[in-house]
Amino acid sequence: MTAPVTVYVPCDSAALSVGADLVAAELEAAGRPIRVVRNGSRGMLWLEPLVEVVTDRGRIGYGPVEPERVGDLVAAGLLDGADHELCQGVVDQLPWLADQTRICFARVGITDPLSPEDYLAHGGMAGLRRALARSGGDVVAEVTESGLRGRGGAGFPAGIKWKTVADTPGPDKFVCCNADEGDSGTFADRMLMEGDPFTLVEGMTIAGYAVGAQEGYIYIRSEYPDAVRTMRKAIEIARAQGWLGGDVLGSGVRFDLHVRVGAGAYICGEETAMLESLEGKRGMVRAKPPIPAITGLFGKPTVVNNVLTLASVPAILADGAPAYQALGVERSRGTQVFQLAGNIARGGVFETAFGLSLRDLVERYGGATRTGRPIRAVQVGGPLGAYVPESGLDLPLEYEAFASAGAMLGHGGIVVFDDTVDMAAMARFAMEFCAEESCGKCTPCRVGAVRGVEVIDRIVAGEDPDGNLALLGDLCELMTDGSLCAMGGLTPMPVRSALLHFPDDFTARH
Amino acid sequence: MVRIAGAARWEVVVVGGPNTSMTDRVRALVAAHRGDRGALLPILHRIQAEFGYVDQEVVPVLAAELNLSRADVHGVITFYTDFRSEPAGRVVVKLCRAEACQSVGAEQLVAHAEQALGIKLGQTTPDGSVTLEQVFCLGNCALGPAAQIDERVVGRLSPSRLDALLAAEARMA
Ligand SMILES: Cc1cc2nc3c(=O)[nH]c(=O)nc-3n(C[C@H](O)[C@H](O)[C@H](O)COP(=O)(O)O)c2cc1C
Ligand code: SF4
Repeated sequence: MTAPVTVYVPCDSAALSVGADLVAAELEAAGRPIRVVRNGSRGMLWLEPLVEVVTDRGRIGYGPVEPERVGDLVAAGLLDGADHELCQGVVDQLPWLADQTRICFARVGITDPLSPEDYLAHGGMAGLRRALARSGGDVVAEVTESGLRGRGGAGFPAGIKWKTVADTPGPDKFVCCNADEGDSGTFADRMLMEGDPFTLVEGMTIAGYAVGAQEGYIYIRSEYPDAVRTMRKAIEIARAQGWLGGDVLGSGVRFDLHVRVGAGAYICGEETAMLESLEGKRGMVRAKPPIPAITGLFGKPTVVNNVLTLASVPAILADGAPAYQALGVERSRGTQVFQLAGNIARGGVFETAFGLSLRDLVERYGGATRTGRPIRAVQVGGPLGAYVPESGLDLPLEYEAFASAGAMLGHGGIVVFDDTVDMAAMARFAMEFCAEESCGKCTPCRVGAVRGVEVIDRIVAGEDPDGNLALLGDLCELMTDGSLCAMGGLTPMPVRSALLHFPDDFTARH
Repeated sequence: MVRIAGAARWEVVVVGGPNTSMTDRVRALVAAHRGDRGALLPILHRIQAEFGYVDQEVVPVLAAELNLSRADVHGVITFYTDFRSEPAGRVVVKLCRAEACQSVGAEQLVAHAEQALGIKLGQTTPDGSVTLEQVFCLGNCALGPAAQIDERVVGRLSPSRLDALLAAEARMA
C-alpha cells in the first residue's frame, strides 16, 4: 500500500472566509487515503482556497478551489499533481512568491502553525538560542544595528525603545505586543498569528530577555477570534515545550505570555490607549510624557511593539544584524510585509525589502484593479494615511520618501480604488471614522471630526463652497496641530490628499 | 448545544441552570479571574458570551467585587462596542464598511442588506432573527466585501451570496 498523499489546505481566516473548511472536508471524503495538513496562507489570497499537494516535483498548488469542485479535481488527478485549469504549478516557483524576500513570513503557509516539530525543522528557536547565549545588552545592540523600525505605523527604531526599557531600573517590566491591527487594508498581523504563532512567541521572549521583563501581553482585537485561539494554543504548547515559563530553553530565564482580547475600539491600537485597555479601563489615550518605555503597563517600564516588529526579531538574532541591515534603502532597512487590498486583482501579502516602487507592487504583482477599470487612487497606511493618485504611484516604498510626499507607509496596507471612487465621499468617511472612533479626550479630534463631516456635506451640496473649503482647511489645521494623538492628528491626511489631488470631486453635483 | 448570539468562539460557553442567578454567575466569573491583573475586560467578555449582553444589573456586582466605582464599570462597558446593553437577534451580521471593502462595493452591499432585511444598520428585525451592524475592518481586505456572521468571517460577498448565507442561517435557526 502506498503512503497517503499529503495535502495542504489553509486554516487562515481569509481562506476560511471563502470555504477552506468545506474544501478540506470534501477532500477527506474523496475516497483516497490522504493526510490533510492545515497550514497558514501563502498570502496569495486571490487563489484561496489554495490546495497544495505534495509530489516529487514539490508542492503543486490548485486554486481558487471552490468546495463544489473538489470531486472533479480529485477525479482529474489532483492528488497526483495532475494538470488542470486551476493548477498553478509548483507553488514555490510562482514569481509572486519567488520574487519576495520572506524573513518575517518565512514559514507562513509552509508549516503547520501549531506544530513545534515543524517550527524547529524550519529554523525556529535559533534566534532565541543565540540571544540567550549573549547578554541582554548585546541583544538590544544587535536589534539597534539591524535598523529595525516599528512596523505598527510610526516607524520608531525598535532597538532605541528597547534600550530605554532596559536602562530603566525596576523588578517588574513588561513586553506588550500590539495586535490590534485596526487599519483597513492590513491583515499581516493576523496572518502571522494564525500562520506562524511561535515566531511571535519567540520574538517576544527575546524582547523580554533583552530588557529584563518576565511577562508579556498580546493584545488582539476581538474581530480576530481565530488568531486569538491560535495564539492561546501556541502559548500552551510553548510552555509544554519549555520555550516559555520559569526556565526558557533550560537557560534559567523566566518569561511567560498572556493573550488579552480587545472589545471593538480602533483607538485601542494607539499604544497608550492599549495599555489602559490592558489595565481594564476605557481606552483613553494618555498624555506623553511619560513614555510607555519608562511608565507603561501598570506604571512599569514597558516595550510596546507591533506583531511584525517582534516577529522580525528572531531572524535578526539568528542571522545577525548585518544580514538584515543589508536589505532595504536609506533609513528603511530590512523588509516590510506589504498588504495588497481593496480593488486589486491579486491581493495578499508581499514581503520585500524597502525600496520597490508602489507602482511595481500594485501593477506588476497586484495586477491592478479587480474590476479591470483604471486605478484612480491608492490609500497607503490605513485610514489615517494619504490617498495617492495614479500619477503618484512611482513613489518608492520607504518611510522618508512617503513622508516627504505628504503620505505615510504606516503598517504597510495598500488599498486600491478604481475610477468609480468618489473621493469626496472617502474624505467624508475619514472624518466619520474619526468621529466614530475618537476616544474623546481632546476637543480638536472629538468635535473637529463631527464638524468635518458637516462641512464636507455642505461643500458637496454646493453651499458656499469657497467659504466652506476654507473652513475645512482651518479645521484640518486645528486637528493636525491641536490633537493629543495621531487619531485626530492624522485624520486630515486622507482628507487633504483627497482635496489636493481630486478637487473636482468636491464640487457640487446636481 | 445552546447557541448564544455574539458568543465568541474563544470563550467556553457555560449556560447556568435555572438556579444560578446572574449575580452568582458574575461572582463566579470574577473569582475565576482573581489572579489576573486588570481583569475587567476578560470578565465582561465572558459575561457577554454567556448571556449575550451585559445587563445593567451586573454593574454594582462587578464594582463591589473588583473594588471599583460603579461609574468606572459603567464607563468601561459603554466605551467598547462589543459589550451590548441588550440581547442581539439570533444571528448577528456585521458588514465591513472600512475603506478596502468600500473599494469593492461595501456601501451597495449595506444598502442591499438594509433593504432585504427591512432594517437599518444597528437594528434588529422585529422577529428577533437578525441584528445588522457595521464593522470597520475584519482583516479580510483582499477578499472583500467581507462580513461576519456570528463569529464566521465571509469574503467575496455579493448581494446574492449574502442572501444565500442569510437564508441558510434562517434554515438552521
Ligand atoms: C489611532 C492609532 C491607532 C493605532 N493602531 C495601531 C495598531 O493597530 N497596531 C499597531 O501596532 N500600532 C498601532 N498604532 C501605533 C502605536 O501607537 C505604536 O506606535 C506601536 O504599537 C508601536 O509599535 P512599533 O514601534 O513596533 O510599531 C496606532 C496609533 C494610533 C495613533
Ligand atoms: S486625538 Fe482623538 S483619539 Fe487621540 S487623544 Fe485626542 S480625542 Fe482621543
